[in-house]
Formats: sequence, structure tokens, C-alpha cells
Amino acid sequence: MTELPRSYAERDAVARSFDLFGFLSRYGTLIALVLLVAFNLAFTRNFATMQTLNVNLTQVCTIVIVAVGMTLVIATGGIDLSVGSLMAISGALAPMIFMGKILPIGSIHLAVAAAMTVSVSVAGLLGLFNGWLVARFRIQPIVATLVLFIAGRGIAQVMTNGNLQTFRVPEFQWIGLARPLDIPTQVIIMAVIVAAAAWALKRTLFGRRILAVGGNEKASELAGIAVSKVKIAVYGISGLCAGLAGLIVIAINSSSDANLVGLGMELDAIAAVAVGGTLLSGGKATIVGSLLGALTIQLVRYTLLANGVPDAAALVVKAGIIALAVWLQQQHRG
Amino acid sequence: MTRPPDGPSPLLLDMRDIQKRFAGIPALADASLCVRSGEVHALIGQNGAGKSTLIKVLTGYHRKDAGQVLFEGEPFEVHSPHQAQVNGISTIYQEINLVPLRSVTENICLGREQRRYGLLDWNAMHAEAERLLSRFAIGIDVRRPLGEFNTATQQMVAIARAIGFSARLVIMDEPTSSLDEREVGVLFSVIHQLKAEGVSVIFVSHKLDELYEVCDQVTIMRDGRTVRTAAMKEIGKLELVAAMLGRDVAAVEGHATAFGERDRSRIADVMFSARGLGAGQAVRNVSFDLRRGEIAGFAGLLGAGRTETARLVFGADRPSSGQMTMEGAAYHPDRPADAIAAGMGFCTEDRKGEGIVPEMTVAENLTLALLPKISRNGVLDDSRQREIVERFIRELGIKCSGPNQKVRELSGGNQQKVLLARWLAMNPKLLILDEPTRGIDVGAKGEIQRLIRRLADQGLGVLMISSELEEVIEGADRIFVLRDGVSVTELEAEAANEEKVLTAMAHGTSASSGATT
Repeated sequence: MTELPRSYAERDAVARSFDLFGFLSRYGTLIALVLLVAFNLAFTRNFATMQTLNVNLTQVCTIVIVAVGMTLVIATGGIDLSVGSLMAISGALAPMIFMGKILPIGSIHLAVAAAMTVSVSVAGLLGLFNGWLVARFRIQPIVATLVLFIAGRGIAQVMTNGNLQTFRVPEFQWIGLARPLDIPTQVIIMAVIVAAAAWALKRTLFGRRILAVGGNEKASELAGIAVSKVKIAVYGISGLCAGLAGLIVIAINSSSDANLVGLGMELDAIAAVAVGGTLLSGGKATIVGSLLGALTIQLVRYTLLANGVPDAAALVVKAGIIALAVWLQQQHRG
Repeated sequence: MTRPPDGPSPLLLDMRDIQKRFAGIPALADASLCVRSGEVHALIGQNGAGKSTLIKVLTGYHRKDAGQVLFEGEPFEVHSPHQAQVNGISTIYQEINLVPLRSVTENICLGREQRRYGLLDWNAMHAEAERLLSRFAIGIDVRRPLGEFNTATQQMVAIARAIGFSARLVIMDEPTSSLDEREVGVLFSVIHQLKAEGVSVIFVSHKLDELYEVCDQVTIMRDGRTVRTAAMKEIGKLELVAAMLGRDVAAVEGHATAFGERDRSRIADVMFSARGLGAGQAVRNVSFDLRRGEIAGFAGLLGAGRTETARLVFGADRPSSGQMTMEGAAYHPDRPADAIAAGMGFCTEDRKGEGIVPEMTVAENLTLALLPKISRNGVLDDSRQREIVERFIRELGIKCSGPNQKVRELSGGNQQKVLLARWLAMNPKLLILDEPTRGIDVGAKGEIQRLIRRLADQGLGVLMISSELEEVIEGADRIFVLRDGVSVTELEAEAANEEKVLTAMAHGTSASSGATT
């Protein structure tokens, strides 16, 4: 009996040394990112500047924030297609409140606070609705969230009568434009959310339950875990993340167009999660991986654009990277 | 095995010495199956006996490693169920896979539409549908939507569709498990119809009474081998069950398990009781008591309702009738969490499907039920988790490289120990163990049996379901035999022997004991 643990460990070590796919699926994203940075340092002019860093980080922030919520949803074995539409709703609702279109609020600070709270909360509630559909009626997540994917943008357009809302409200726009300590605010927000979610997934009861539900739903139920509550909660969190991302987008643009805010975001976020190494079937997830995944995709695009490759071609490369990441995952599992 | 002598009806199917291995492990060692024309042939055996594998070899789902298959005297080799069907062997599954909103004709001709000048030839298809249904004495308007007819008729249509015109052998794999009595009646009339036309049927079922009602011959399998072939009317139920389980009815063996002798004086008052539990067709009337410090064994054939009863007790499913009490108070769990709160634990028989979370570590799996108790304000207490996990790894002798090894890398026996530890860590009062030693090696099996006994000695009430007769007889202090969803017999350990348990499993009564209330 004292022999066995050692032989297990040995077998493990042997298995690991040959498991190229396992290694790549674990560290592939990080390696790709390092290679990309190295390539750019060598070939792209003016790459090693704060400006480049800021441009890339700023562009990737909203994707990462949404991808964090998406990672939690995917960790339970689900998926959330509605995030882009929820961004549009939150992005449409906030200006209506702080510009006093719904009811006049005297203090602009109060109005902005109300706008942020209400719009993010509404997105969160709609997320809970997604979770309710998934958990209560056992609708497949891809179908359940398709409801708000389609209806959500419509609701945002109806709210604004399809009009572009433009504004110049510094009290609100700090969320996308201010740079405390020379770091863009949204980068700080992103960092905080990533850190909090990564910690929660690893160290809290809730995180453990998320992974258990995604890893084996029946076993979780039999172990007394309230599977439905866990599912509803992750969709709610995904909604909150989308709502926040919507605010950042409109703050950067100084305008809110219900047709455009968050358009295609669901796919960018899912791509980041997939490239990051989270198992799309659930049960195994990494928040930091999703961050790296989003950064990789962003940097590939930047690299290609900075070296004169057209955006359309960059999309093809992006698709290739996603396919590669998912293929690696499958090799590792099989 | 005995091969039936060549009688008036010729052999339709002759499968001999079939061997099949999966990843080196033999699923079929020496399986034979001979079916005559116009014969209804029962194929029975315990879980893992190789029935399904044999059927799948026949229908081309699996490729055999050795042996020969003759169908109508010719070597028969197909590579897909579809090809088997084209060649005269149809399989009927439990579920009806039909489209209720479309007409009967469309349902029957789906996938084999007739065309004329490139268009669908409806007249020809209606005629064909009518012709097919008339084989089964069904006279309905084939132009009307299928959904307008009752379930029994729909069932018939499904069967007719599966059989078609060309089938000479129809395989029915547990066809009655999801049917009510009336639908079973319909199915049996179809079988008689087929028989009258000279079509043979292979009938796989665990319900003994049905076998006697509808089958002519029976082939009994065990551990990948054909152990017996007999005419249905020449073999008694008891003999049938004994052959399935590999018991000699007369023989009494020494101890085959590691439970050892128990001091039963410490068994205390009744802790849990169930009266008249029922849920659907699987559980119809189950009553039993469980005392503190007692190991109660559930014996019964596959499909007798043992696991289903356990799931009702644990709140995983809800009963439609009956009462339960736990420690004197009424007990009606809505979900497993309620059962856990009442002090219960449940080790499932489906270790991979419902037990372990494969991607998680030993530690994470072990503490899955314990999570709320090892966290403070929702944050996991790592040192407490490690302490508990290390203690159980030590106490149960779980062989792993450490708490952080993935549970899927462990052997079956060690996975089972992790699941046992998951519940023992909760300090339960009542533990339900469904096939606790299935699929694990002999060494681990003995360890787990000794552990179960030790736990009972410490006052835990254990409800143990096992398909291994000696495990129930030697391990349990009290044996409840379930048969077709009914608890038919209760036996005290002293009074129990294999013959009594087998008799109860086969006939529903045991000569020398009182039935449960």
C-alpha cells in the first residue's frame, strides 16, 4: 500500500512527459501570446510603447469582462448568446436615465449613479431570466438565451425609438475615458473583475458548485447541490457583466446606438473562453485563461492590421485560432 | 449448453461460440444462440452477462472477434443495424420514434418513400401502409394523423414500421419496461401475430412472468457465456433465476464475502420505515424498516425496483404513493438535499454517471456534499478540507497520488471509496449503498465489505442493494426481496439462505417466512 502511491505518481509523471496535447491545451494560449509579443517586438514598429498597450487593452476590456461571465456559464455546461443584446439594453437605458428622459433628476451625480445601477441591474435581471428558462424548463441554453439574443436588441431599439443617443457627460464617461494613475478605468475594472472571478471560482463554495454542476450534474444533485440555483446565478452574473460592458462601450463612444452596441459580442466572448482553455462541455474552467484567450485574439488582429493585412483576412486567422484551440482540447480529452 | 434437437421447424438463426473483447476485456467468451422459425426466444441474464453485446454483434453494431453466425443456413455478416434490417433482422426499441402530426402513412413510409415521375406516389404509399398494418390486424384510416389514435395503436404502428415486410427475425430489447399493462397486451398480440406468420422473435426481458406468458425457448447467459438453453415449459422459475445468478440451488457454500460474523445485539430501534411506496411501473408497493446499526439488504432481479426505491428514499425521485418516516417523524423529501439534511447518504450504482465528477480531484469529489460545512461565509476553508480529505484517504486506504489527483485516474474500487468517504464525512445516520462492490477488484471489494460492517457496528443504518446473492445473504442482517416493484418477502439473517431468497425472487413468496406488511 505504501508502494502504490509512488507508482501512481510515477505513472503520472510518465504520462505527463508524453502528453504533448495536454501540455499545449494547458499552456498553449500563454505560449501563443508570448510568441505574438516576441514577433511584434521584432517586426512591428512602435510596438513597445504604452500607447500600443493602452490601445490593445482598451479594445479588449469589454470582451474580457463579458468573457468572465461567459466562462462561469460555460463552466456549468451552458452558453449565453444574449450578452451582446443585454449590452445594447444597458447601453440604451443608461443615457435615458442620466439625460433625464425618463424622469428628471436634479443632481447629475445622482442621475449617473441611478443610471449605472439601474441599467446594470436590468441586465442582471434579464440574465436571471435566462437562467430561469434554462433551469426551470430545462430548455437548452443555446435556445433559451437565443430568446433575448433576438428580443433584447429589439427591446433596446424600441426603448430608444431606434435613435442614436449622443451625450457629453464626463460624470458618466469616466468609466470609459478616465485614466487614474495613467491606466484606463476600464482596464482597472477588468482587472478587478478577472481577479474576483478567478478567486471565486477557485476558493469559494459557489465556484466549486459551478464546476461540480458542469462536471456532473446528476452527481451534484445527489450530493445535495441546488443545481437550479447555481445555474440561475451564473446567467445572472453573465447579465451583470454584459450590462457593465455596455456602459463602457457607450462611454467610450459618447453615444449609444442600439443597433451596434455589443453586436457580435457573444461570439467574441465565447471565442475568448474557448481559446483560453475552458472546456466547452463544462466542469473545467479558467478565468485567467479567458483573459489570455481574449488578449491573444486581440493581439493577432492587431499584429495583422499593424503589418498591413486587411481586417477581413484577420477574421479568417481568428477563426483558425479558435478551431485550433478547440481541436487541442479534444485531443487532450480523447 | 444443450442444443435443441432438430424438430419440425428449421433453425433460422445459429450463433455459435461468439467471442468479443473490449479493450482486451472479454464481453462475450463463448456465447451461442439458436432460434427456430416462428419461435419466440427469451434471452436473459444479469447485468453484464453479455445479452446486449450478443444482440449488437448480430445486428452489426459490433464486429465479433470469433465464432460464426448462420442466418437461414447462410453465413451472416452485416456492418450496421440498417443492413441487418434489409437482410431480415429488425430491432424494436423502447421509445416510439414517430411524428404524431403526420399521417399514419407518412410515419410508416418515412425514409422509404415511393416516387413516380419524381413525385411522391401517395396512392401507392397509402396502399402499402394499409397492407402492412393489415398484417397486424390493424384497420385504421392511414390518411389521418397518427396523433389522433390512442397510444396502443401508435405503439402498433411503430412496431409495424420497424418490422416492415421483410423481417424474419425481430429483436425486442426490454420492450415492456416503459409500457403499461394494456400496451403490454398489445405487444403480446403482435408477437402472436408474428409467430403465426413464421417470424421469429428474440425477447429480452427481466420480467419472469412475461417470459412464461409469451416465450417458447429460453437462452440464459452469464459472464459472457451461454449457460443454458431450454424450453420455457421445461424450466422452473427458480431454476431460471439460479442459472442466471450462477447458483446451484441445492449447494450451500462457505463464506464468499468479507463481512464476517456480526454481533446483532447492538441493532437498535427502527430508524426509517417505508410503507406502500409506489412510483410508476417500476415501484408498485414497497415496504420495509431499517434499524439503527442494521444492514438491510435489498435482493431482487434487475428491474425489480431496488434502485428506484432507493431513489425515492433519497428524494431523487418522488413517490406517487406511500409513506415514509425517519426517526419517528413523517419524511417526504423533495430533493436529495432534504434527505441529506435528514442524515442520509446515497452511493449510486452508476458511479461514473451519477457519482464522481471526473474532471475534479479526489479532494473536490470527497467534499462535494460537505461543502457547506467546510466553508465560512461562502469561502472554502482549505486547511479544514485538507485535514478531512487526508483523514479519509488514510482511514479508507484510498490509493491515490494525493488529494489533488484527478478522480478519473483512480481505479473503480478507489473511486468507490471516495464516494463512500463523501458520505461518511457527513457523519450520516442512514447510508444507502447501491451495488457498493460492483465492478471493483476483489481486494477493494473485501475492504469495502469490512468497512460497511464496521460502520454498522458503530450504529449506522445501512440499506444495501446488491445483485450478488452472497453479498446480501452474508452481509445483511435482514433481507427484503423485491420482485416486479413489490417487496414480497422479508427474511431475518438467521433464517435466510440462498434457496429462500432465490425462491422469493422467482415466485414472489418464500415458504418459511412472513411477507412484509
